[in-house]
Amino acid sequence: MSHPLSPVEFRVPPVDAIALETRAADLATRSIKKRAKVQGLCLAVSMMDLTTLEGMDSPGKVRQLCGKARRPLPLRPDVPPCAAVCVYPDLVEVAVEALRGSSVQVASVATGFPAGRTDRQTKLREVELAVAAGATEIDMVIDRGAFLSGRYGQVYDEICAVKEACGPAHLKVILETGELKTYDNVRRACRIALLAGADFLKTSTGKVTPASTLPVVLLMLEAVRDHYLETGRQVGVKAAGGIRTSKDALRYLVLVAETCGDLWLSPQWFRFGASSLLNDVLQQLEKERTGRYQRPADFSAD
Amino acid sequence: MAKHVEKAKVESAAPELQFGGVWKYEPAPESTDHFTIAPRYELFVGGQFVKPKSGEYFATIDPATEKPLSEVALAGDKDVDAAVKAGQKAFPAWKALSGEDRARFLFRIARILLERAREFACVETLDNGKPIKETRDVDVPLAAQHFFYHAGWADKLDLLFPGQRPEPLGVVGQVIPWNFPLLMAAWKIAPALAAGNTVVLKPAETSPLTALRLCEVFQQAGLPPGVVNVITGDGGTGAALVRHPGLAKVAFTGSTEVGKEIQRAVAGRNVELTLELGGKAAHLVFEDAALDQAVEGVVRGIFFNQGHVCCAGSRLLVQESVHELFVDKLRRRMSRIRVGNPMDKNTDMGAIHSKPQLQRIRELVAAGVDEGAVLHQAPCELPQKGFWFAPSMFTGVAMSHRIAREEIFGPVLSVLTFRTPEEAVEKANNTSYGLSAGIWTDKGARILWLAERMQAGVVWNNTFNRFDAASPFGGFKESGFGREGGRQGMRAYVRLRGGLLPG
Repeated sequence: MSHPLSPVEFRVPPVDAIALETRAADLATRSIKKRAKVQGLCLAVSMMDLTTLEGMDSPGKVRQLCGKARRPLPLRPDVPPCAAVCVYPDLVEVAVEALRGSSVQVASVATGFPAGRTDRQTKLREVELAVAAGATEIDMVIDRGAFLSGRYGQVYDEICAVKEACGPAHLKVILETGELKTYDNVRRACRIALLAGADFLKTSTGKVTPASTLPVVLLMLEAVRDHYLETGRQVGVKAAGGIRTSKDALRYLVLVAETCGDLWLSPQWFRFGASSLLNDVLQQLEKERTGRYQRPADFSAD
Repeated sequence: MAKHVEKAKVESAAPELQFGGVWKYEPAPESTDHFTIAPRYELFVGGQFVKPKSGEYFATIDPATEKPLSEVALAGDKDVDAAVKAGQKAFPAWKALSGEDRARFLFRIARILLERAREFACVETLDNGKPIKETRDVDVPLAAQHFFYHAGWADKLDLLFPGQRPEPLGVVGQVIPWNFPLLMAAWKIAPALAAGNTVVLKPAETSPLTALRLCEVFQQAGLPPGVVNVITGDGGTGAALVRHPGLAKVAFTGSTEVGKEIQRAVAGRNVELTLELGGKAAHLVFEDAALDQAVEGVVRGIFFNQGHVCCAGSRLLVQESVHELFVDKLRRRMSRIRVGNPMDKNTDMGAIHSKPQLQRIRELVAAGVDEGAVLHQAPCELPQKGFWFAPSMFTGVAMSHRIAREEIFGPVLSVLTFRTPEEAVEKANNTSYGLSAGIWTDKGARILWLAERMQAGVVWNNTFNRFDAASPFGGFKESGFGREGGRQGMRAYVRLRGGLLPG
């Protein structure tokens, strides 16, 4: 397939690293207390893609995770369910079964996650199988090798093809920003994914360090904001990897609130990809309710 | 017909962002139970707090609420005289002290200031109206940095001026403004003491509290009596100080108008003078700039400290090709500036410092509207009590408008356009001031080309309103002369005895 866009379309504004990091650090000083904190943390739970992506993953492990996603804190009806459970394609069916009747979506990584170093046909077939198994969201990885060697058209084509293979499923495009290294690269990768029809831009696989950082997510939010203002098409952002504490989660939400605003403050348009974050958020929510910190053992380990 | 209707529909549905409707931050006020403000402050002369011979006091208020905070002594001529005499008395011993010993005092002052940082930030915010975020993260740490930095020069003066012998001048009279009360005190006092001078400092009438608290730090640090004297008062006190025959040098930061008066007052006397005065700085935004970051810089340039900054970037010169886009970005960004209680940790912009200043801002903004520029104001709710002004931007500004020529000293940005680099330079320099400039471009060669041509003491590239004790600060043209900070700043506080070869 030949791509319809010339490299000129992928041109993006330059990014000043120091100023971007300064702005992210400035927003990180926001003080979120009391009701705003509880509201923010509940919002964060509802935006969470509870994730397990290990070689050790088994049906039992996935079922446990699904239980947690449905009702993170059974005695607190005000704490909402998570947005999705994110698994490898072979465990999609297990997750679909365990989540039947709930609002929790099933997301599957695909396209040779995490490296993406397989051929196009294998990638597309993997997507088709995951969708056929019932995944409603597909998290693909971009071809970083192609990107870093300047074959932007190839990256674009592949996203287009995966989008088509997704059918009705939502497509999240993982940029793996830790491998793109520069903010200029991240900004360009955003542009390519936006033009290719991504429903979500996602920072990382979680397998590369650094994963999600505040400046990178700020930059991605600016990209989807500008795209929306230019075209009217709204695209979501998913911060994934390395987000472990409630404080982190609130800092990301502040970025969303002050960069993109109200339209993005919902699970439909912003997600956290995390595994250990949920229990810290639950602990903070219980602390706000009771005034005391509970023991870690009071929260289910899933 | 139908087509027209459809078009109108599309336009009204143009994508727009909304803020603050879904998730509202709760108030996050900084606590005030860790310090007290005394009901009355005296003058600090000869190492002691002393009652003014004038017998007079005046109130200082919180500009965010108009509530009185405290009353401070009004120094009359006799008080000024006593302060200068105390400085003269202390001078020989302070001058004779080794550089290392002077450094020790300065280091001690810096450390105590940092230990008491939280209290200083709060008092500064209450007395000045600027947000706690800024006093906590900028004013107080930078003030301490100036003491640390200049402590480092105290024992290295010979290295600063090779082949010459630097000597202190004597008693230095320093008059400082209300926009950075503690920071300006540190800028002035630290280099003067490092070089071996003694000081009589006159803080601004409307923001005297942190300078007086700094005197407590001097006492804690064991600074010898009379090395620094602080006299509070009004314009009359300042005038009496700069006219006092016992001074060897006058250093002033403030308005160009008062600066000219001071220059007249010291004319014909053997008195050194440095002036740091007004500004009307330009940002030059080129189409290849990192625009989102440039927006942040422009916002920081004009809305930092409510625009009460002599080097504020109050003129935005933007390349015509990105004018519309950039103004749109700015407008959206301005709507998210959180204006309100300065003590709230989430406040981005606090109160206008005083009623006269608010009147001055209103007058110039009215003139801008009257002259035909288009005013954009951030839609924010302003408190009923206190002095407030919404973040504002004018588009359609002509170079001849008052808002493009006069220093507003408030949160008001004037946007103009240019087509070529030459035109940008010409417009940027077309002002009677020359304190600072900001260049926004991704192109290295252009940065250097522009920086060479800017008639401004400080040229920031892809940043703005960044300060460092090691970096000299000062003006061209009516923005004054002399430099503060860095090696150049030290030069203003010594007399050089030439002819000595390095041994």
